[in-house]
Amino acid sequence: MTSATLTPGAALGSQRVSENVRYYEDAVRLFVIASVFWGVVGFLAGVFIALQLAFPALNLGLEWTSFGRLRPVHTSAVIFAFGGNVLFATSLYSVQRTSRQFLFGGEGLAKFVFWNYNIFIVLAALSYVLGYTQGKEYAEPEWILDLYLTVIWVLYAIQFVGTVMTRKESHIYVANWFFMAFILTVAILHIGNNVNVPVSLTGMKSYPFVSGVQSAMVQWWYGHNAVGFFLTAGFLGIMYYFVPKRAERPVYSYRLSIVHFWTLIFLYIWAGPHHLHYTALPDWAQTLGMTFSVMLWMPSWGGMINGIMTLSGAWDKLRTDPVLRFLVTSVAFYGMSTFEGPLMSVKPVNALSHYTDWTIGHVHSGALGWVAFISFGAIYYLVPVLWKRSQLYSLRLVSYHFWTATIGIVLYITAMWVSGIMQGLMWRAYDNLGFLQYSFVETVAAMHPFYVIRALGGVLFLAGALIMVYNLWRTAKGDVRIEKPYASAPHKAAVGAA
Amino acid sequence: MDLDSITVALRSFWTVWLALLFTGIVVYAMWPGNRGKFEDASRIPLKEDGQEF
Repeated sequence: MTSATLTPGAALGSQRVSENVRYYEDAVRLFVIASVFWGVVGFLAGVFIALQLAFPALNLGLEWTSFGRLRPVHTSAVIFAFGGNVLFATSLYSVQRTSRQFLFGGEGLAKFVFWNYNIFIVLAALSYVLGYTQGKEYAEPEWILDLYLTVIWVLYAIQFVGTVMTRKESHIYVANWFFMAFILTVAILHIGNNVNVPVSLTGMKSYPFVSGVQSAMVQWWYGHNAVGFFLTAGFLGIMYYFVPKRAERPVYSYRLSIVHFWTLIFLYIWAGPHHLHYTALPDWAQTLGMTFSVMLWMPSWGGMINGIMTLSGAWDKLRTDPVLRFLVTSVAFYGMSTFEGPLMSVKPVNALSHYTDWTIGHVHSGALGWVAFISFGAIYYLVPVLWKRSQLYSLRLVSYHFWTATIGIVLYITAMWVSGIMQGLMWRAYDNLGFLQYSFVETVAAMHPFYVIRALGGVLFLAGALIMVYNLWRTAKGDVRIEKPYASAPHKAAVGAA
Repeated sequence: MDLDSITVALRSFWTVWLALLFTGIVVYAMWPGNRGKFEDASRIPLKEDGQEF
């Protein structure tokens, strides 16, 4: 590609006519359906366990429905089932288009990955409910399921990287860099954190190869980079493809995207020790983790600026296109939660925030605001395209979804801020004789109203997702709702106009 | 000085090597001669086939 092809109109026109690659979309459609399904399941599980915390009778007195077993069902359902299927769908969709090449390994391999990944999800959820767990956060599946996932992941990696390697576009687009970093790093993390010795080859139970504080460090090297590379790098791949696509304009600064990518890669991997402040982990390692977490402010905000400024000159689209509003708001939430994260990694702040609900609120501002919102935006973009419909059933319903979910998030995170900071302050309060002022159960009782507010926020978020399901269902059927249109047609304008 | 001790000595400066590598990446990204190439690359998502247009 020479710089002569820069003049957009001419170059784009000729390429569109001359190129006629047929892209594989059947598996992408399956991944989209699965992500919507698991999204609802995961949000529902979240609402249920939130209600269990507010009203313990909902544990039902059964081991299978106790909070301890259902919580990993919720986290795995939203992160790996919902988020994972979204990442499969968006990465396999956009890599074909940005490489101008059909999927390496074809539709068959993509469908094989689809069915096996989703079978893995079901098996993992069943195993948690039955009480099998490694007891490591976000790495709960036992050794046999870990091996199964490794095979699936390697096949996915071959498919994605193979498509990039056989590309007809000379440059590897930045979204594909992020997707490849996500795929490679998640593979390394998954293997590194699951080096376990099974008790017997016919049983589920296993023990980690390393023990003690080393085991804790390996777990949080995994845990924090699952956030950094699964929930951040992967979804940044979505941002770099779907925000420009929906806004019909190129990313604000491609050069910034290169710097963004490499800064993120260089820094994220060192941030894990901030999960182990004031533990048996050596002080220097804690300080290292804190320092790299604070430095992460730079790539996070560089990336946020790049995403949001892509709309510069087209801000009116935020008013007329609720799908783009989802995408851009997600990037704003990304900026907010990546501001809060480094702050919480600073040791004196962490002394107050750690083990409290503040952490839960922080995770959810990232998970609901960033990950889920950018996923909703991408799904709303993809469904009309994949089902060959000219438009969504209703943009107004997208807007209702947006506001319902946004109010839900605000209720959730404000409740957790108040509850978490209150909890932290109560734990460290002394009376004038030097005794702890509150018993633990008093701190639990004080949190009850905030648990109810949090559950209400979750209900609103779930309700928004159900609006989406209805909207997507009608879109796939080919219906168009009779409604007041937004001021200007928000999408499908000629690409030359961008 | 054998190869082992040279390796150990160089490895202890790993932050310096990574910083140099990163500086190189930033220079590459900001190099004026690469401007056209990157502007072209930023248009990749917008110049797809006719299937969805």
